[in-house]
Amino acid sequence: MNGLAETILEPQAQPNCEPESPLCFRNVCLRFGPRVLLDRISFSLGKGETRILLGLAGMGKSVLLKLANGLMKPDSGEIFLFGQEITSMREQELLPLRRRTGMVFQESALFDSLTVRDNVAWQLMERKMTEAVIDRRVHQALTFVDLDQAFAQYPPSLSGGMRRRVSIARAIIDKPDLILYDSPTGGLDPVTSHTINELVVKERDVYKTASILVTHRLQDAFTMVTHRFDPEANALVPLPHGTFDPNTRFMVLHESHLLFDGTTEDLLRSQDPFLQELLA
Amino acid sequence: MPSVLFTENIDKAVRRWLMTVQDYAIFCAASLANLFRTPRYWADTLIQADLIGVGSIPIVVLTGFFTGGVLALQSAASLAQFGAQTYTGRFVSLSMFRELAPVLTGLMVSGRNASGMASELGSMVVTEQMDAMRALGTDPMKKLVTPRVIATVMALFLLTIIADTLGTIGGSVVAVFISHLNGAQYFSSAYQALAYTDIVQGLTKPVVFGFILATVGCYKGMRTTGGTQGVGRATTQAVVIASVLIIFSDFLISRVMLWIFPPL
Repeated sequence: MNGLAETILEPQAQPNCEPESPLCFRNVCLRFGPRVLLDRISFSLGKGETRILLGLAGMGKSVLLKLANGLMKPDSGEIFLFGQEITSMREQELLPLRRRTGMVFQESALFDSLTVRDNVAWQLMERKMTEAVIDRRVHQALTFVDLDQAFAQYPPSLSGGMRRRVSIARAIIDKPDLILYDSPTGGLDPVTSHTINELVVKERDVYKTASILVTHRLQDAFTMVTHRFDPEANALVPLPHGTFDPNTRFMVLHESHLLFDGTTEDLLRSQDPFLQELLA
Repeated sequence: MPSVLFTENIDKAVRRWLMTVQDYAIFCAASLANLFRTPRYWADTLIQADLIGVGSIPIVVLTGFFTGGVLALQSAASLAQFGAQTYTGRFVSLSMFRELAPVLTGLMVSGRNASGMASELGSMVVTEQMDAMRALGTDPMKKLVTPRVIATVMALFLLTIIADTLGTIGGSVVAVFISHLNGAQYFSSAYQALAYTDIVQGLTKPVVFGFILATVGCYKGMRTTGGTQGVGRATTQAVVIASVLIIFSDFLISRVMLWIFPPL
């Protein structure tokens, strides 16, 4: 069996869920009524690794992210978040693990009755930090996403791209060990999408945070694997031709199964008809 | 065949209803259990107390005042037939303290706040703000539900006292200026009619009504499905269910109170 064949997954493939792995799925199944949405999904995310999750609309990509931090429960299987099995945990037990996980929602999900400052500062306010420390940290986070001028504004007055950036600032302010991005560039224009991609790559390369990124947009996915963030230029710079970021891998969900889990090279060399069509 | 289908439908409806009752009971228990768990959101509780309590004062003042007035107007006419107009104060205060102030305050606050809670929390659910809150490590039950329950119970208790007072005053205005009764006599009759058991009964009810309207409003909001249309549906259902439960529980509490404090 060659290396490529190994990445087209057998349904019963089971990863070793190491304690240091930020996230690991083992044989996770979920039904919505009569429909099997996820069938025996297994994968393991390494420390500092970014996994790009591709798939057609309605294949359960967002649901997979919600399973990852316990917002939803699977029908069967095991999910290990920071080494702890979470499927049988009560809501109260999950909260400390979620505080180590940042999540960027598809529609931003900002609290629309709170200012940008209070949205971004949510976790710090929950920990009863002083106002001065909170303000400093919020300014840092907003500067990271280049949106410090929105400090006192309310989310409804922001554009879609700005809301997405605030959402990223909220997710990263407490330096999480894992970030879950749910279509962060969905519905945005190409220029704004590039800005968001830049932030995701910046987070990956500067803080080395493990992450899963759901996207429909292949262009965004390939921007991530073919570029790195240059802190001096404060911009994305392309990697040498033909090389890809080694810590960024792909997963493809198709017809309830995890069809592919592997490197960019493996994805490009794949002979699977669906993957070829997806990449075409 | 149609009878089998009919039975199946009844079976499904009863199961669904029982599941909802069980879910609501667990929801209520969780909202109470959070009183004994940290973190406690006192600032949020005060904000809600302001929104629910202070914000409801105008409608409660008006409702209490005019209800007392109407009671005095109706009772004075009837009592006059027996030459017992001097009992108007007694009639108004007993009716207000035992029944009308708690029930009407509960219904008015329910219309204003159970709907507000359902729509606010429902909107948060359909826009994923609730999931975002959970993803940030905050328990929405603690942060959103328990403060509303505490605030509503406290507010309704105090608002009922306001309604009691304003109802008695409203009755006195009618008694003095329309029925031409003696004001001192009215107040003396109103005061002497009240016994300890009437006060206990009248102030136990708002505690239960406050709990009902807050938990129903929050429950319908937190279980909203179906987008913005679902928010509208949840809002309407919250008011209807809370109002019916308030009237139903009023009957139960009155029955229990009569059992605990039998009339002499």
